[in-house]
Amino acid sequence: MATPTATVPSAGPLVGSRSFLAKLREGDEIARLITFLFAASVVLLTVLLVYELWIGSSLPRHKFGFNFFRTSVWDPIFDQFGALPFIYGTVVTAAVALILAVPLGIGAAIFLAELAPARLSDTLEFFIDLLAAVPSVIYGLLGVFVVVPLMRSYIQPALKSTLGFLPLFQGPAYGVGFLTAGMVLAIMVIPYIISVSREVLLSVPRDQREAALSLGATRWESTWKVVVPFARGGIFGSIFLALARALGETIAVAMVIGNQPIIKASLFSSGYSIAAVIANELTEATSNLHYQSLIELGLVLFLLTFILNGLARILIVATSQKGSAVGNA
Amino acid sequence: MKRISAGLAVALGFAGLLWADSPLSINGAGATFPNPIYSKWFDEYHKKFSTIQINYQSQGSGAGIKQVTEGTVDFGASDGPMNEEQLKAYQDKHGSGILHFPTVLGAVVPTYNIPSVSAELNFTPEALAGIFLGKITKWNDPAIADVNKGVTLPAEDIVVVHRADGSGTTYCWTDYLSKVSEEWKTKVGKGTSVNWPVGLGGKGNEGVTGTLKNTPDSIGYVELIYAESNKIPYGNVKNAAGVFVKASLASVTAAAAGAAKEMPDDFRVSITNAPGKAVYPISTFTWLLIPEKFTDSAKRDAIKGFLKWALADGQSYAEALSYAKLPKEVVAKEVKAINKIQ
Repeated sequence: MATPTATVPSAGPLVGSRSFLAKLREGDEIARLITFLFAASVVLLTVLLVYELWIGSSLPRHKFGFNFFRTSVWDPIFDQFGALPFIYGTVVTAAVALILAVPLGIGAAIFLAELAPARLSDTLEFFIDLLAAVPSVIYGLLGVFVVVPLMRSYIQPALKSTLGFLPLFQGPAYGVGFLTAGMVLAIMVIPYIISVSREVLLSVPRDQREAALSLGATRWESTWKVVVPFARGGIFGSIFLALARALGETIAVAMVIGNQPIIKASLFSSGYSIAAVIANELTEATSNLHYQSLIELGLVLFLLTFILNGLARILIVATSQKGSAVGNA
Repeated sequence: MKRISAGLAVALGFAGLLWADSPLSINGAGATFPNPIYSKWFDEYHKKFSTIQINYQSQGSGAGIKQVTEGTVDFGASDGPMNEEQLKAYQDKHGSGILHFPTVLGAVVPTYNIPSVSAELNFTPEALAGIFLGKITKWNDPAIADVNKGVTLPAEDIVVVHRADGSGTTYCWTDYLSKVSEEWKTKVGKGTSVNWPVGLGGKGNEGVTGTLKNTPDSIGYVELIYAESNKIPYGNVKNAAGVFVKASLASVTAAAAGAAKEMPDDFRVSITNAPGKAVYPISTFTWLLIPEKFTDSAKRDAIKGFLKWALADGQSYAEALSYAKLPKEVVAKEVKAINKIQ
């Protein structure tokens, strides 16, 4: 596979002069066509997906219009459907998950890539990959039987007594809710962040570290000021992956979020996420409007992921300029 | 060579036999609640008539109604009867109607976790509606305490737990609450998923019981079968005759017998809050949804044959699986209705 692409740069000046047939014979053109088709199929799938969701949600789109995003009543009996509590729940749980998982995950990745002995690093990596492969329903069960009782009896009372002045940590604590869902999601996405970030950190060229060290930087300075900024793009990539997983996670969230379409500032409150309500209600949705509203929620989740990813990318561009400035200095 | 050709002949003959005997495959989809007994029935029926193979996918009542309307399955199954709008949709699409056949009965029971109380609690319809509407918020509210003399109920907040996933269990529960409370009927209504005024949502029967176990002073509802097979204690409910009745196979069948006298010809009847002293009031039929007209006569005859068997011999499998049997009056009426299938 790698041979033709490897020969092309060396044959640089000749590329333009070769005939199409010759290129075809050498396999370049075929490889290009095939890989192009593969890449195009991703775009095609995305377009098809949006098209299907769009067509499948025509009833609620016409009936509710933009109000679908603004109202918070979800009543299958009286045919009132508003997506706001689900959007709120999805964003809040994903945010809680990332706030918990990002520092932990990146910290662990830095330790594994830069500071830990190679043998320990590889052993731990094996366990982390194992964690990433655990089905989400298992994490959901873990949430129901371990995290929820722990939250209700210990963590939530402790938060209430120390940080209870914040609206985030007020109200009755049942164990289920935004905070618990966010915690379970954090446990689920940490392996992704660690695994990808560690690979990226390991692939930072050795001379970068050596150059920093030779200029008198300490080990930590070379890691934090040279290696991490160098790997910034890849680390952000791992956070995207984590975000995508957190936004789309269904079953584990449905098991611990409390499944109540309400909007409350308190993280102790139960809530609902888009993916969870689709999983819960789609099979038993008897009216067309209910069914199609759930499909429209699918479209909303798609848009939400799109928007959040876009925002995150803008954030990267903005900060990576700052980052390279730090690197240059 | 001779041996090979002989072997070939045997193989061909065997294949021919298989071909001639290839079973008639009938597909159905719908409610999850009757899935255990339907699986048993289809299995037993296949043992009896090896030429008929009935496949059933338990995807939920909503999916059952949808699929049979779209014609992707031969029959559907539902825990709640189809409404007028759905019947019309079927009629418009197929040019003929669809029939409801009650098969067995189930019930929904109130279950609770109050650490300081071990006694079996009594619930009035008013108390249940009040709790689930969020109007009765303390366990020692007179609406609960007055019918539980001798039990010291705590002055704790009631935590309501309900099903989050759409389900026939919720349909039965909310159908009952709609009948006993005018406020419930106008504010919330009945359905497989409703807009709950209060409470945490658990996924599935196991989600509800899991949340109950984790949450002191909580109340929820589960299927009788689930409560029985998992040894979950549940309360008594006051029926229309004013008697507190505990759910059991007998009290559930009694509910159907009470309703049998006024059974409409299309069997689309709710038996929640049925009259009669021995009746458990939160009971329900579960239905098979059979098209009135079949284009394939072999399928039609097979389904008619199966229905006759399920209503007679099939009923004997019900109680072992904790389903209540159909009362005789209902069976007699259904057997007549089978002739409507053409």
